[in-house]
This record gives sequence, C-alpha cells and structure tokens, in this order.
Amino acid sequence: MAQTNTAFATTGRSRKGEPFVWLTAAGLTIGVILTLGLLGLVVVKGLEVFWPARLVVLEVEPAEGSGQGTAAGTVAGYVVQERVRRDLAGKTHEEIQVFRGNRELHGEKFVFLDRADIAETRQPGDLLLVERLEGGHVIGRAGALELAGGERLEAGAAGFDERLEQLIEESAGRREELKRIEKDQIGRNAKRVKELNLEAKLAGSDAGVAAELAELREEFERLDGERGEIRERLEADHFVVESADGREIRLAGGELLHVFRPNEAGFLGRLGEMFRRGWTFLSSDPREANTEGGVYPAIFGTVVMTLVMSIFVTPFGVIAAIYLREYAKQGHLVRAVRISVNNLAGVPSIVFGVFGLAFFIYFVGGLVDDTFFPDAEEPVYKSGGILWASLTLALLTVPVVIVATEEALAAVPRGVREAALACGASKWQAIQRVVLPASLPGILTGVILAMARGAGEVAPLMLVGVVKSAPDLPIDGVAPFVHPERQFMHLGFHIYDLGFQSPDSEAAKPMVFATTLLLISIVVVMNLAAIVIRNRLRKKYATSSF
Amino acid sequence: MTREDFIAVDRFSFFYGEKQALHDIDMRIPERRVTALIGPSGCGKSTLLRNMNRMNDLIDGVRHRGDIRLNGQSLYDPKVEVISLRKRVGMVFQKYNPFAKTVYENVVFSLRVAGRNRKRELDEVVERSLRSAALWEEVKDRLHDSAFGLSGGQQQRLCIARAIANQPEILLMDEPCAALDPTATLKIESLIRELKEQFTIVIVTHNMEQATRCSDRTAFLYMGRLIEYGDTKQVFENPREDETEAYISGKFS
Repeated sequence: MAQTNTAFATTGRSRKGEPFVWLTAAGLTIGVILTLGLLGLVVVKGLEVFWPARLVVLEVEPAEGSGQGTAAGTVAGYVVQERVRRDLAGKTHEEIQVFRGNRELHGEKFVFLDRADIAETRQPGDLLLVERLEGGHVIGRAGALELAGGERLEAGAAGFDERLEQLIEESAGRREELKRIEKDQIGRNAKRVKELNLEAKLAGSDAGVAAELAELREEFERLDGERGEIRERLEADHFVVESADGREIRLAGGELLHVFRPNEAGFLGRLGEMFRRGWTFLSSDPREANTEGGVYPAIFGTVVMTLVMSIFVTPFGVIAAIYLREYAKQGHLVRAVRISVNNLAGVPSIVFGVFGLAFFIYFVGGLVDDTFFPDAEEPVYKSGGILWASLTLALLTVPVVIVATEEALAAVPRGVREAALACGASKWQAIQRVVLPASLPGILTGVILAMARGAGEVAPLMLVGVVKSAPDLPIDGVAPFVHPERQFMHLGFHIYDLGFQSPDSEAAKPMVFATTLLLISIVVVMNLAAIVIRNRLRKKYATSSF
Repeated sequence: MTREDFIAVDRFSFFYGEKQALHDIDMRIPERRVTALIGPSGCGKSTLLRNMNRMNDLIDGVRHRGDIRLNGQSLYDPKVEVISLRKRVGMVFQKYNPFAKTVYENVVFSLRVAGRNRKRELDEVVERSLRSAALWEEVKDRLHDSAFGLSGGQQQRLCIARAIANQPEILLMDEPCAALDPTATLKIESLIRELKEQFTIVIVTHNMEQATRCSDRTAFLYMGRLIEYGDTKQVFENPREDETEAYISGKFS
C-alpha cells in the first residue's frame, strides 16, 4: 500500500489572500463610516435647528484679562456654541456664543462671551421668544399691549395672553388679505391696464379703450384705499417687550408671528414647538434674505423640476435605447454612438448649463419670443425658467436612462422575443407588448438614478433659471396656472446661497443644516417611492424561472 | 384525406455566414401526422425546423438555397409576408417561455397582435385552446393570474395553447420536453398524440423513446444531411443506414 499523507498543506496567511480580504473590508468600512457620519451630522444638526433651546439671562462682569472686552451688563438669549480661543499671549479662553436677538438694540444678533466674565446665570420662566416679520427674533419679558384707541393692557393683567394670541391671529388674517389684494386684484388690474395701453398704442388712438381704462383706474383707487386701511390697522396695535437690560421694544401688531416661552414649556410643549417650527419651515416662504421663514418655494421648485425632467427624459431615453438595441444594425457606428452616450454622462454638469443657456434660452427661447411675444417689453421665454432648467437636466441625465434601458432590453431572454414573433407579432408589437413590459423594472431603475442625479444637481441650474428668491411659484392660481417660463427656487441652490452668499452667515447656519436634511430626505423619499413602484412591477412582470 | 407532401422541403441548403448547416435536404412531411427530427447535437435539425416559420431570418448573415413549400406555396416567395406565414405555423420552444402576462393574455396574444379584440371571441379561443392543451381544468379558476405561477409542465402546455390559439395548420416543436420532468413529459407526449388530429406536427427531439412513442415518421439528420427518413417503426427497428443504427443504438450522440 502506498504511503498516504493525511496532513493538509499549510501556508502562510499571505498565500491564502487574507490581507486582501482585510483590505477590501477596510475599504468598505471606511466608506460606510463616512456615509453614516455625514448622514448623522446632517440629521442631528438639522433637527437641532427646530428644537427650542432654553433661554438664559447672563450677568456679565468683565474679569481681569478676559479677551472679548464685553461691557458689563445683562445678556438674555440662548447658547449657540461653545469654543476655546487662544489669544496672542497664548492664554486660552473658554467662550460661548449667545443668540440675543433684539437687533435694533445691539446691532448684532450674536455675541461672544468669555466664561470668566459671566458672574451669574439664570433661567427665568417668563422670558419670551418673539418671532416677527422683519429684524429677527426678539427676546425679553412681556411689557404691555397698547391697543388701538389708547387702551393699554399691562402684562400679567387678566386676559393679557389671550389678547396677545388674538392680536397675532388677527394680524395673520390681515396680512393674508393684504397679500390677496396686492397680488391678485391689483396685479390683475395692472396687467389689464398694460394690455389696454398696448392696444391703444397699436391702434394709434385710445378711443376704444378709454372707458375701460377709466373704470380700471377707479377700481385701482378703491383697492389702493383698502390696502392703505389694512396697513394702518396692522400698525395700530403694539406689543411692548422689555429686554433683559431694561430697555423697551415696541413691536407693531402686524409684525408679530409667534410668541413662545421656552423656559416654561415642558418636554411636550417643546416637542410641539419643534413640530410647529418644522411645519413653518416646510410650508412658508423665506424671509430676511432666506435666513428665516421656510423653504416652501424651493421644495416646490425642486420637486416640480425633477418631475418635469423625468417626463422629458424617460420617453426620450427609452425610445433612443430601443432604436439602439433593437433596430440599429450593430456595427462601428452604433458602437461609436454608444461610447459617446456613455461619455456624455461624464461631461461636467456646468457644460450642460452653458449649453442650456445658449441653446434653450437664447436660441429656442429667442425664437419663441420672436414668434409668439413680439410685443413683450421683457423677454418671456428668452430668460431662465423652470422649463429650460428641466430640459437642460433631462439632457444631462439622458445617458443614465439610455444605458439602463439598453441593459434592461438586453436582459430580456431571447426566447420571449422569439415566442412573440412566432405568434405572428411584428417586431414592434413584440417590443411593445412583451419586451418593454418585461424590461420595465430595469428602465425604472434608470429613471430613479436619473431623478436622484437631477434633484441633486445645482451648477447648471444657476445658468438656466434658478434664483435665490422667486416669490411666484411656477404653478399657481393665476391663469394660465402653469408658468413654465418662470424662474424658480431650488433646494440645492438654496443651500449654496444660504451658506456662501448670505449677508448674515451666522444666522443662516441653522437653515443650511435644515435645508440639507430636507434635500437629502426628498431624494430619499423620491427614490423609495420609485423603488416601491419598481418592486410592484417586478412582481407583476417577474421573468420566468429560466 | 391527408396530403403526403403538406410540407415539401426541396433541395434546401442553409448557411450561417460561411458555415453550411444544411446540405440539400429533400423531404415530404405529411398532413396531420407527427414527424420527428432526430440526430446528434449540431446536426441541423433545429435549423431545419426554424426555417419552417422563417425564425432564422432574425439572425444576421444567413442565406439559403432551395425552397420549402407549405401546401404548395413557397415560404421564400418574396411576396410572402413573414407575419402571415407565422400565423399559419405555430411554434413551441425548448424552454417554456410564457409572457409576463396573465394566463388569459398569454393564450390570446396571437389574436391580439392580429387586431382581434372581441371579448366573446377571445373567451371562446381561451377555453378551446386550453382544453386542447389539456390545461383547462387546471387553470380555469386562475385565468387572470400571472402565468409564472404555474408549474413548469403547465407553463409548457400554456405555450402550446398559445401556439394553437390562432388555429395554425402546422405546429413546430423544438425539444418541447427538454426542460421538463418525466411526468410532465408524458403529459405533453399524450397531448401531442391528440393534437395530430388537428395539426401537422414537426417535433425535434433528443429523446429516442419519445420519437418512438409519439411520432409517425422519423427523419435522422447527421452533419447537416438527411441520412434517413421513413416510418418511425421502420427507422427504429430496421434502419437502412449504418449511421442511423449507430445513433439509435447509442454508439454516438
């Protein structure tokens, strides 16, 4: 019997390739940590923005050798951040940054204080945080209500809080009314006057329109009167707030948005306030150079633009891919086209922006304006707008859809095509009735990728229609309801604008985090929705076990 | 009466590019009979079958010489529309390949692409075709469920129902049982014996027993040539050619 060797061959670790396993695992780990870290930072910072901080009153008495040189006095506000500063002499100072608001008193909304300077810290329950239309938050104690007709209600008097709430609500209603008059009625009036004037100019005489013009002028007078009345009412009542250092701030009733006592509120109260702030952020227009208020127009713009883009890109990309894969004779030319399409996906996005500006806006938009709006004083389509932005992004993302569709078509088994043809279907019928449904999940994957890319793109949009502030939405109640030529706001650009273009970058910082969180959430939600749809389809059109 | 030369293959040669796959095939296939094509892999039996509904047209760089006639009419006549030809010639494939549709829509597919959409007609066709394919009793309660919910054998019978829905004259079967288990195979074979009452069937098979069990005529192809063609009984029991005998006795495959 031959000698048998029962022992297995042993080798060193490197021969087994173990270090490479570790290397690949380390690569993945680093990627996961980076992603989770980024997401965690955005989520924590983004949510922190809405959480109402406690207000503190700090008695400042400058200590020997402290750096900031703050004058003695009382500061009320909430702590934004803590930092350690090293001065020229090499001494370290622990400092806190406090948001104290009350811009008309201090000039700056934020102040840095050396911890060594702070003699006393208190948290009085009656401190108010007042949100107002302009000038940023006000922090202080309730003083009194000075109502129209000379009535004065001191804080602490019976019914004071209810009266304050009522005043805030009334103001909100009046502002709504004012907006309606200004935007709808006066806007419509002015538009009609402009049209009639143009008519008169073309006709060479205003005989035909004079009567209506006079009528419109009368209506304008009436509306202007109403507007003035409401404005007066908004200025009539005042809410007096006493700041921490004893000065008074008189706030017009029309300016008040919301009053909150963060130190009195319990956990549930603060949670409620957090949701209220979150909802305001989602549903209202921006104020104060975008640093306050909400981002509703930007959400709206982002979503509408992404949807319009997918409406353009999906049929275009799918049809192109069908021809490339199913009809074109596979040869050098098709290969060249395919390589070009793939390379198109790698072209820097700003190039698409420049192309969109030159082709869509100046050329196509110019043609549209010359043809349909020859008398317009300002360019209508020959300027950036949501339609051109969507088309530019559709161009940018079409390679993604083409590549995904081609792959999906190629993955449909040959047997299925042959079966369709053997049943007497023409080639187009086979594609339309059998091949396309079977490749729908793959095509949708491409559309999802395209949407995700499109929603996050900023650079080209800056050239073709995104602006930092667009009060009029691209879809609204004014005929013809859809305004594809309008400029719009976009979350990605909003982040850039807040972070780097804002006059008050300290005040904008929380908004940057909140907006980032929102943009990421929107992309995630859109992707999840698309994935759910795709999985439904996949179940419906699952390919056979072969 | 059955016609002896329902399908007539006349000196038919076929080329994939430079490679010749069929050499001067001459055979007459009778009406309403089952004709089996046997032979080792690559002998050209599938190529011949797929020329009978011009399925090979889909491949780039193919050409042919000679002719195939169905009931006297040339398939390769330039005036023949491939689509109308395929309506007269149904086909069942080796891998069952139902569409990602309901059972019902699978069966009526050939009518839908022909623009026939009347509900009553479709309902009748579905029942008749599924009964012919011996599947009606098993699926009549889930006509509107996905075809992928059926078992493999059921899916293949569904494919047969789909192929016969538009009442073709000829049914081509390319190894219809290759992907099925023995029980499902037996079911399909007995189905084939029933279907020959209505259709002229040409079946490609690797399975010798299958050819003996369900075919009337057998053709043995080897290296792209028709070696022997005759009654199944004669070909298997008393082959004239040495190659045929070697193949059916398992000397080569």
